[in-house]
Amino acid sequence: MKKMTVGKEKSIDISFNINGNDMTVSVKPSESLIDMIRRLGYKGTKKGCDTGDCGSCALILDGKAVVSCLMPAFYADGKKITTIEGIGSILNPHPIQKAFVDAGAVQCGFCIPGMIISTKFLLDRFPTPDEKTIKHHLDGNLCRCTGYVKQIEAVRLASNRLKNTNRE
Amino acid sequence: MDEKKFNVVNKRLTKTDSLALACGEPVFCDDVDIKGMLYGKIMFSPHPHALIKNIDVSDALKVKGVKTVVTYKDIKRIPHTTAGQGYPEPSPYDTYMLDKKVRYVGDRVCAVAAETPEQCDEAISKIKIGWEILPAVFDPFEAMKGEVIIHDEADSKNIPDPKHNIASKTDDLVMIKNTEPYAEADFVVEKTYKIPYLQHCAIEPHTTITYFDSYKRLVIRSSTQVPFHVRRIVAQTLDIPVKMIRVIKPRIGGGFGSKQEILLEDICSFLTLKTGRPVKMEYSRKDVFVSSRTRHPSVVTIKSGVKKDGTITDLSMDVVLNTGAYGSHALTVLMCSGSHTLPMYRVKNYLKFSGRSVYTNLPVSGAYRGYGATQAFFALEAQMDIMAEKIGMDPVEFRKKNYIKMGETSPVFKVMGEGREGVDQSILSTGLFEAIDRGLKEIRWYEKKEKYKKLNERSAIKYGLGMAAMMQGSGIAEIDMGSATIKMNEDGSFNLLIGATDIGTGSDTILAQIAAETLGVELSDIIVYSSDTDLTPFDVGAYASSTTFVSGGAVKKTAEKVRDIIIDDASKILNEPADKLRLENKYVVSESGKKVSFKEIANTSLYYHDQHQIIASASHYGRTSPPPFAAHFVELALNTRTGVINIINYVACVDCGTAINPTLAEGQNDGAVVNGISHSLSEGFEISSNGTVLNSSFRRYRIFSSKDIPNLKTILIPSYEPTGPYGAKSVSEIGINGPLPAISNALYDAAGIRLVESPFTPDKVLKAIEEKSKV
Repeated sequence: MKKMTVGKEKSIDISFNINGNDMTVSVKPSESLIDMIRRLGYKGTKKGCDTGDCGSCALILDGKAVVSCLMPAFYADGKKITTIEGIGSILNPHPIQKAFVDAGAVQCGFCIPGMIISTKFLLDRFPTPDEKTIKHHLDGNLCRCTGYVKQIEAVRLASNRLKNTNRE
Repeated sequence: MDEKKFNVVNKRLTKTDSLALACGEPVFCDDVDIKGMLYGKIMFSPHPHALIKNIDVSDALKVKGVKTVVTYKDIKRIPHTTAGQGYPEPSPYDTYMLDKKVRYVGDRVCAVAAETPEQCDEAISKIKIGWEILPAVFDPFEAMKGEVIIHDEADSKNIPDPKHNIASKTDDLVMIKNTEPYAEADFVVEKTYKIPYLQHCAIEPHTTITYFDSYKRLVIRSSTQVPFHVRRIVAQTLDIPVKMIRVIKPRIGGGFGSKQEILLEDICSFLTLKTGRPVKMEYSRKDVFVSSRTRHPSVVTIKSGVKKDGTITDLSMDVVLNTGAYGSHALTVLMCSGSHTLPMYRVKNYLKFSGRSVYTNLPVSGAYRGYGATQAFFALEAQMDIMAEKIGMDPVEFRKKNYIKMGETSPVFKVMGEGREGVDQSILSTGLFEAIDRGLKEIRWYEKKEKYKKLNERSAIKYGLGMAAMMQGSGIAEIDMGSATIKMNEDGSFNLLIGATDIGTGSDTILAQIAAETLGVELSDIIVYSSDTDLTPFDVGAYASSTTFVSGGAVKKTAEKVRDIIIDDASKILNEPADKLRLENKYVVSESGKKVSFKEIANTSLYYHDQHQIIASASHYGRTSPPPFAAHFVELALNTRTGVINIINYVACVDCGTAINPTLAEGQNDGAVVNGISHSLSEGFEISSNGTVLNSSFRRYRIFSSKDIPNLKTILIPSYEPTGPYGAKSVSEIGINGPLPAISNALYDAAGIRLVESPFTPDKVLKAIEEKSKV
């Protein structure tokens, strides 16, 4: 990590790429990554606990799923961030998003962006996970609505569908 | 039975909002940015019971960015309840927006509004308070002695016995008395069952944003299950007219009862009134645990008598609930613990219910999925197994012999209502027999019982099977009301406006399915807008398992009215009598083969002839509350060396009448069951000697995650409820009531230990094994 300086305004200028766009932003040393992301308008990343336990704030940082509530914003300097908005959109949903919808895995939907981020990270590395692997990888994403049953089905469905596409 | 083939209802259609949610669209309360918004924070009490002798906020007001600090001195003292219930609320009026007295660790002391959350925190740290610490009481049985009085204020209303800290009580309610109690019983069993404080853990924390619109009306955007009750109760507590308030419910990130409560809306509104600025308040996860609401901790004692032939002769249930510092839902949860459980089985001679909800200096209880039935079914269904064993009968056969059958009634329905007398009703639909039968087969009950009997003899891992049967209600009979408006657009689509509150359950989708079915269109032709007090008609909100049954009834009636108008208009266009016309695939078709499209009918009505908007509204309330039924079966392995329980299979068969959307109904049940299993094995507040909740985080209060779940199967058992929309009953709550008793019963089956206090943690299991070995 490069050396950073806190400026007169008690903030640091950082640069990163978010969902394909380059950006330079002033952040306070105390600001968390989730707070910065949401401040910039990426509201799909949710805050459920602010203690790193629920996984609602998960996003992909340089290819790895991380919980953004425990991470200082300046840590994103020079990195590549993918939020749920960068995975897909209503008009062009990612097969994982579509699978969650089709499997009936979305109830209140608050945990779903984090759940989809974890699924993306999982399927990028293990395209055909068994049930144990799926359960293990969704372990960090708490959900109180679904009992996880249909979410595990959704990951399986997404895995099957992704085999037949070339989408990232 | 007018059961028939459906086109839209009973189909696995996609939940209408799910793609937007999966793509992270900004649809939740906190997902908007409002210009000039302040942040509001509450200072919470560090003491369980204390008086504010003096409070100095001058230093707090000097903190940069702080706009206001409000204390009890700044508010009009209006007793009210935070319980989001119909008016007049059956909960005592024992709460004040801010008070001179604090009654639990986590109670409101005062509130701050500032430009940033950090400034709020700094201001709170600079508030100086002179406290007079009062003695506190944490045990409901101690509290009933009245040595400490929690509500000694003169202006509270409807507290039955404040001197003994009793927030609600039901003295011996004898519903059957044919002989001297327990005279005919061959065996009498008396046992007490307990559950601790449990929290809902909706993943979205409570959030409220308030602001003035351009006409100086107060807008409340809030994560609530009860928008119309929020409007009424905020109007009451702030003493402003209902007409000055608009409540908007965006998408909600789960509720389970914790958002059937006015927790932030009043104080946030007050801060907006005080500053003239938009204000946002949100609970942290810790605040949600400590200062929102919980399930009432309970002590349920059942004394029951049984004859050798399997007849239940006597049953008396006594319930003591800890309501914490305030009596939110104190009476109704108590009543539902009896009214939702006691009708389940026929009792021959003597049936009695009694109970109390008791104030303590602990966190406040309230509504939680299951609503008293969770506490009482744990007791009743464990007691059923104990009675069956006493008389040497198979527990399944024992239940089959005694449960309430089609066409039967129970005196409980009439006697026990929610805060008033109940409503007489008979069972008009039940799939309980099929539910039990199907569950037995699915889990391979008898085959495995046989197998495990042998296996357990020579193994430290003991396998066990347990079951439980349940019922719940569908709305509160003759109280809960929902309404709907439907209007037709040029292209033959319809706007469905409903007060019903989708908190993640999928109610927007199933209500649209009901409208589409009635109007003969596709789900995509119905545009749903729900829960905005300015734009949608009234609905009590999302609670009491009411939405499908009550609001669904309203939507069906409304759609029928609209259908009649469409047919009337078509009759004029086609010059055919209305009774010869029917709706078919977005056309009105006559018997003679003439037809006109919805599009043409809509355009004629809007632009060409006798212009009018095709629109209708209707309301519905249930005259009865038909119970859904369920049978749960669990298979587990108990490690008798470590005390660790491993749930292997869980089968939950539920009869919810017609499942309007089977996928969503399964999802409701899966979620409820996993919540219930999590209750059974892992959850409960740890509380310090001064009443502080010690495990107020997801790290310390463990809820189940994906890797904890067993192989879980929900099976929908179809029945047809003639009083429900397209045969539907409720489904959302019933599933949570099964795991506690089913797992308790399975542990007995596995190792002969009877756990009567949840959660069934390894230490409790090992203690029970040790005690058993002493006998």
